Amino acid sequence: MKGFEEKAMGVLSAIASLPARAVEPLMVLLQRVLGVGRLPWVFLLPNLTVILFFSVLPILINVLYSVTGSDNLYPSERHFVGLANYATLLECGDYLDPSTCSRDLFWRAVRNALVFVPSQVVVMIGFALVTAIALNRRIHARGFFRGIFFFPVMLSPVVVAMTWVWLLQRDGALNGVLGAFGLDRLSWLSDPARAFKWSIFVTVWAHMGFYTIILLAGLQSIPADIYEAAKMDRASPWRVFSRITLPLLKPVLLVVFILCTIRSVQTFDEIYVLTGGGPGTATKMIVHYIYETGFAVMPRNYGLAAAASLMLGVVLFLFTALQMKLSRKGQDA
Amino acid sequence: MDSRLRAIAAAVASAVSIASPAGADEIVVQSINAYVKSTVDNFNRENPGDKVHFRLVSYQSINDSLPVQLASGGGPDISMVADWNGLAKYYLDLRPYVDAAYFEREFGTVLAMLRARDARPDAINGMTGAITMNGAYVNRTLFRQAGIAMPSPGATWDDWADAARRVAKATRTPMAMEVDRSAHRFASIAISYGAKLVDANGDFVVDEGLKAAIRKFVAWHRDGTLPMDLWGAVGGATHRDNFDDFMNAKVVLYFGGSWQLERMNKEVGDLFDWAVIDAPCGPAACALMPGGGAMVAFKHTKSPKLAARYLAFAAREENMREQLARGANIPLATTLVKTGVSYPNASELVREALASYTRQVPSIPPAAYAFQGWRFQRAAMNAMTTRISQVLNNELDVDTAAAFIKKDVDLAIQAARR
Repeated sequence: MKGFEEKAMGVLSAIASLPARAVEPLMVLLQRVLGVGRLPWVFLLPNLTVILFFSVLPILINVLYSVTGSDNLYPSERHFVGLANYATLLECGDYLDPSTCSRDLFWRAVRNALVFVPSQVVVMIGFALVTAIALNRRIHARGFFRGIFFFPVMLSPVVVAMTWVWLLQRDGALNGVLGAFGLDRLSWLSDPARAFKWSIFVTVWAHMGFYTIILLAGLQSIPADIYEAAKMDRASPWRVFSRITLPLLKPVLLVVFILCTIRSVQTFDEIYVLTGGGPGTATKMIVHYIYETGFAVMPRNYGLAAAASLMLGVVLFLFTALQMKLSRKGQDA
Repeated sequence: MDSRLRAIAAAVASAVSIASPAGADEIVVQSINAYVKSTVDNFNRENPGDKVHFRLVSYQSINDSLPVQLASGGGPDISMVADWNGLAKYYLDLRPYVDAAYFEREFGTVLAMLRARDARPDAINGMTGAITMNGAYVNRTLFRQAGIAMPSPGATWDDWADAARRVAKATRTPMAMEVDRSAHRFASIAISYGAKLVDANGDFVVDEGLKAAIRKFVAWHRDGTLPMDLWGAVGGATHRDNFDDFMNAKVVLYFGGSWQLERMNKEVGDLFDWAVIDAPCGPAACALMPGGGAMVAFKHTKSPKLAARYLAFAAREENMREQLARGANIPLATTLVKTGVSYPNASELVREALASYTRQVPSIPPAAYAFQGWRFQRAAMNAMTTRISQVLNNELDVDTAAAFIKKDVDLAIQAARR
């Protein structure tokens, strides 16, 4: 029987090695022609091609649009305007008062983002962390609760937003409940402050599960013996959390923080459906401004939209670079 | 390089089924109205050698996707367009293929609004047998229940607002008035209050009439005559309507448009008594805005003759008559206006409403036609909707909003021409 297994394994190995043997002469030839140092580029070529076509090329096209004007789509029908689109966006009497800016709606979106992003990131990570810690404990029906918290992540953002619109609109479920208790109906989405808070809540509700799962994986990677040692030392739960969990979770938290911040700056779909950026401009975000400028209003201003998106891209790039640097610094320390 | 880009874009457009199908004798016609399919079917029956495909699309697709499709050299061969002049540079001139005199006689007003700036003054780009109009729907049952007389024809916006408020209070109706969140609807009020909107040079005008209309509109929101749900609760240029409120008798007066008649016919019928009233008046006029969609052919079509033949077919009197009857639409083609249209499937109330609309067609002010056919109408409407919403939410005062509307439109025109 053992002999048969060995024979079978031998046959399978021979079959498995066939592709490698088949390409071996080609590899030897490439190594001879290109040299050992250049050979890895051959393996990277497929991925590099994909990145070139789907990431680098669109960025270059975006740059091209940002330095050209007119509502025409084809580059040959657009005129070179240099940095005029950037200048238009940055033209402002007082950056603290969007009404003094040439493109006040852009600056209102920036101002909203400056409040929305930190608020949403703090709430998101806070809730995700608490949820992950809770789900990491040996609680009853743990798998079920993990599924419940992750479920909204699987929904389309439009579905999420529509669901909340139905709940929050004038004749929605929430006002129905208030009415049933004899209370006055509230305008959940037509009051600027309330709409802003609901925008944060809905986006947190929709995405928290994703970050919870990442943090849960981070929590599970912390060796159990450290907790056991702390238990033997009779460390308080807060001390365990602040001295063991949090420091060991820091690399994962940093990843979550970067992902969450980038996603928060890019927020568009849920809020677009939920409030359309309103009331007024209370929930208008930068990507919403870019979409409206480039694709929703007539005449289309592709140049201005491209300039705004590149400015946003640069800010995100700098932010990510800073976070990465801080991360490395933390690891070195 | 650029020609390659163009070829790639066109190929992609075809691949995602926005271009015409392969073959010289096939074209795609798209519309937001399902009843257009019957004309397409009739054409295909009458012309077995040709093939016209019908595609039913959303209003948003006509406004948002079609311009991008056309800019990339793709899109359907014939489409309904709501931005009449904004897309004019893509329109095919049908003169070589159709009876120009017939088109000019039947659709003269429409043809003028469809012509691009650099087009021949006699260019023929499309047709529409029907027109839509803004209009105010009033729940007469509520008036009766409240024991309040309806204001008579010629009544002002203030008269109607006052009456609607009193009826709402007496009948405990949640809302007195509602207006679609659309600057097209607001334009009616603005013109009534003396706004010129577009001058003879084709420039946007912000005048005291426009400011007065905005002030009045804001005042109605402040005193609760209009709810904040539509204009106040949404941002940007988003279009929104709450016509369901009228159909559910939750509002006394709803300012929407004739396109809702089909729904009223199918879903409300005679459940309650309602009417389309004569345009409420402002200090300057009693204005309603014309609108709707014109069917146009595009330059990129590979079958201009077939496209023209289809439009000529759709422009035949009997076909237009059938379309109008199916859609409960207001006639615009000269012959139909003269001879009238019968609506066999419409309820008595819908017929009454259609008669009210039709009666008001001749009194549409020139400013309304000028604005409807203006190339940058969309830019102006986007600006008005956005800025008025900001005033309602205390982000801007009326004068600053008016200045921003002017600036937004000027910048849009400048960017398009740059």
